[in-house]
Formats: sequence, structure tokens, C-alpha cells
Amino acid sequence: MGSTRKARLNIHVQGWLLALPAVALLATFTHIPAVTTVLDSLFSTPHGRQPAAFIGFGQYRTMLADPIFWRAFDNNLLYALVTVPVAIALALVMALWVNGHIKGRATLRLAFFTPTILPMVAAANIWLFFYTPGYGLLDQIGRLFGFASPNWLGDPATALPALMAVTVWKEAGFFMIFFLAALQQVPPDLYEAARMENAGRWQIFRRITWPLLMPTTLFVAVNALINAFRIVDQVIAMTGGMNGGGPDNATMLLLFYIYQVAFSFWDTGYAAALSTVLLAVLGTVALAQFFLLDRRIHYR
Amino acid sequence: MSERLSTIAITGAAWLLGLIWGLPLLYAVWAAVHPSAFSTNFDLFAPLTWHNFARAWDAAPFARYFLNTVLLVLGIMAAQFVICTLAAFGLARWKFAGGEVLFALILVQLMVTPDVLIVENYRTLYAVGLIDTLTGVGLPYVASAFGIFLLRQTFKSIPRELDDAARMEGASTLQTLLRVYLPLARPVYVAYGLVSVSYHWNNFLWPLIVTNSVETRPLTVGLQVFASVDQGIDWSVICAAALMTSAPLMIAFLIFQRGFIQSFLRAGIR
Repeated sequence: MGSTRKARLNIHVQGWLLALPAVALLATFTHIPAVTTVLDSLFSTPHGRQPAAFIGFGQYRTMLADPIFWRAFDNNLLYALVTVPVAIALALVMALWVNGHIKGRATLRLAFFTPTILPMVAAANIWLFFYTPGYGLLDQIGRLFGFASPNWLGDPATALPALMAVTVWKEAGFFMIFFLAALQQVPPDLYEAARMENAGRWQIFRRITWPLLMPTTLFVAVNALINAFRIVDQVIAMTGGMNGGGPDNATMLLLFYIYQVAFSFWDTGYAAALSTVLLAVLGTVALAQFFLLDRRIHYR
Repeated sequence: MSERLSTIAITGAAWLLGLIWGLPLLYAVWAAVHPSAFSTNFDLFAPLTWHNFARAWDAAPFARYFLNTVLLVLGIMAAQFVICTLAAFGLARWKFAGGEVLFALILVQLMVTPDVLIVENYRTLYAVGLIDTLTGVGLPYVASAFGIFLLRQTFKSIPRELDDAARMEGASTLQTLLRVYLPLARPVYVAYGLVSVSYHWNNFLWPLIVTNSVETRPLTVGLQVFASVDQGIDWSVICAAALMTSAPLMIAFLIFQRGFIQSFLRAGIR
């Protein structure tokens, strides 16, 4: 009796000991900083000898009146609303093509997937060249068809869409892989049965493929959504470094604004409040996933 | 007949999209292997040159950046393997008190990645004197929720009988882990390793914040500094540098294409 209890205690101790290094590191770099970020957002930024003072929701009042914050928030929302569906739709189409009997499918798969492997900074610098007014490739092609050459990254109207294009280009091939895997799991006799019934291409997709791909689509959508709110590399690399954010803050996004406020303006209190907003957004996505979607699809 | 026509249309559309997707990279390759004068001038008979790569290599300490990135990605991967294996093993095979809650808490990091908490994490690193060190760049990523999750699922799928058999023969916990679990989970480690290496080879924001010297800067940060500060606008050289920093991963990908794609899949399906 005594020895089994001891053995059971042993199991608890061993289990925790095994998890301990990971738990300590995760607590240090994820859980504790998440909590301190929220707490810090209720204090002012310390300046020199003046320590941080409790100011309640002062930072948030500043935020509500801060047009750059709203710019970043709206831009980010728009970014997610455009890039997530477009990247997913393209990924699905790519997967259907590459999965079928199309000519040169290996080459196509390579072309679609390669952007995924490139570092965003490298890709961004290449696209920068692409977008250069006057002699960038886009302008050369445009001139061929007689279009005037816009300054893609310099014009507030086109700067954000230009970044969106890079994101879609980079992510679609990655998402394609997940659809490809899902497509390969569809039992072939379903398609055979449909063909016996003389179902057309669109009908087969609508009635068989699409419903079976639903879990994958949701999984990809959640990941794409999280990514959309953490985009920052392109902004730094393409629209002007630390003090950038594009013409008239046209490409200002949440994480970039946090980075700028914290490491360029050194206003850590305000940066904490901005980070809290980002945490809230990510938390909302997490909760939506948890409650709205079938949990078994994702985590079991 | 209309079936054939639509097949041709679909193939055409697929190739058009494939071309668009490949264009930026092909364009960069074009610019990098031709003299600057031809970077925006598409003459099929333009002379080929390696000069741009040489100029990029000489203009910034890329050799050091390469070393930093290699040390960083290998260090992170090794540390992740050890720490995530231990935690995943504990969570998969010990029904210890609080294990379920702990696992849920670990999964939080899938959403709240370290780059969201840059302000606090910078402060933490500053407090322990790890700013501008490779350890500081890697440390927040070492305990990866993704790795723990992936390995836990794998360990759970390994039949308990194998574990029991090893113990009957007197193997200790560590020996069981090393002799039973690790060999069976090998493909998952390969997959996780590839995903981890490509993620950290490409990671940018956190290293940008933490490093501020040549001795610690990884390639991505080095490239950005090079493209924005060291260099005027010479696209040929910038394209050469961009290709150079991506080359090892790209070459590895081209050689092990199937393995790479399979790994991303294995790691992504959860």
C-alpha cells in the first residue's frame, strides 16, 4: 500500500521534472511577459528619474485619440480581410491543379512552393526591385500595354495592396501543401461514383471536394489570420525602416507600430498598451477557434 | 470537344499563375548574374558574370553573418530537441497531476509567439545581460509549443507494450526514451528539424531587435542592414545578396524537395 502510493507520487514528480525546463522557459518568455504586458499598460512610461506611475486606462485613452493607432488597426484588419481569403482561394486552386493530371505539375508545384522557403527579407528586397518606379519589371510590363507607371510603394493608395501581394505570393504555396495533403486523402471511389452519375467538374468540386476540405480550410484560415496580425518584416524591409510605415502611414500595421513605439520612441508604456490590443486580437482568434470550430479537427 | 477546350484553358491558367509565382525569383536571378547595366534591360545575349556576388560578399561581412545564422539555427534546433522531447515524453506517458492544464497552457504559445511580446522579452534579456548575444536571439524559441505538441502526439502513438517490454528488461526511463521512443520518432524529428531550421533561418524581427553588432547579426538582419545602409541602389548587388542569403535553404530544398514538402505537411497536420 505504502509503496504504491510512493510510486504514484513518483509519477507526479517525474512528470513535472521532465516538463520543468520547458515550463520554466515558456513561463519566462510567454506567460509572464503576457501578464506583465497587460499590467504595464496601466502605468506611464518611466522617464529618467521619474518612475512609472499608475495611470489606469490613461494609455488606452491616448490610444483611442491616436490616429496612427487607428490607421494601423484599420490597415491590419483590411490586410487580414484581403490576404486571408485570397491566399486560401489561390492555395486551393493551386492544390487542385497540382493534384490533377496537368502537364508539368512538378514544375508548377516547385514554382508555387518556392516563395515559402525564401526569407521574407530577401523576398521583400526582390519585390522592392520589382516595384521600382520607372524601370522595375512591373512598370516595364505596364509600359508594354501602355499604362502609366505608378509609384507602387510611394503612393498611399497602392502601398498597402503592394505589400498584400507579397504576402499572398509568399503564403499561398505554403497553404497549398495542406490542401494537397487533404486532397490525397479523399477516397477515389467517391470521384468514380460521381463520374458514373455524369457529374461535371464544378459539381464534383462543390458536392464532394469542398465539403471534405472544410476542416483543412478552417485550419489554414486560423493560421493565416494569426499570421496576418503578426506581419512586420515586409513593412520594415519595403516601406522604410524603423521610422517608416509607408507614405502617410499607409502601410502602418499593429506589430510594426509596437516595434516603432517601443524601440524608436522608447515609449514602453504605450507599447505595452498596443501589445495588449494585439494579444486581445490573437486571443479572440483563439477563442473563436476553440468555441466555433470542431475541436477534434485541430488538437486531437 | 468542350471538355478538351476547358482542359487547355485550365492548363494555360495554371501555367500563367506558375509563371507569375516564379517571376520575382527569376527576375532576381537575372539581375544577379548580369552586369548592372542589364539589370532592367532584357537582352538575351547579355554577358554573364559572378561579379555581383563577389561585390556583395566584399561589401558586407556576409561570411560572419552566415556563421552566426548557422550557429543560431543549429543551436536552437539542438536545444529544442532536448527540451521539447523531455516535456513531450512527460506529457505523453506520465499521467501526472496538472498535466492536462499544463498542456493547455503550453499551447498558448502557438498563438502568442515570442515576437508579439518583444517589449517584455527585450526587458527580460536586458536584465540577464543577453542582449546582443546569439543565446539571447534563440532562448525565447527554445521551448516551442509546436515541438512539444508534435512530439507528444508522436510519442502517444507509440504502443505502450514496447515501453513496458523495455522496462521489464530493466531499462531506466532515460534508456527507454533513448532506445524505444527516439528511434521510432525519427521521421518526426527530421520534419521538425527542417521546419525549425527554415523558420529560424528566415526569422527577422526578434534578431533585428536583439542584435546590434556584426558578431551576432544573423543573415536576415545583415541583409537588411546591407540593403538599406551599406549600399546605394544597385539592384544587381542587392539581388545577388538576397539570393546568397537564401541559397543554402533553396539548394537544400531543391535537392530534398519531397522530404521538405512531406516535413512541412507532417509538422502542419495536427
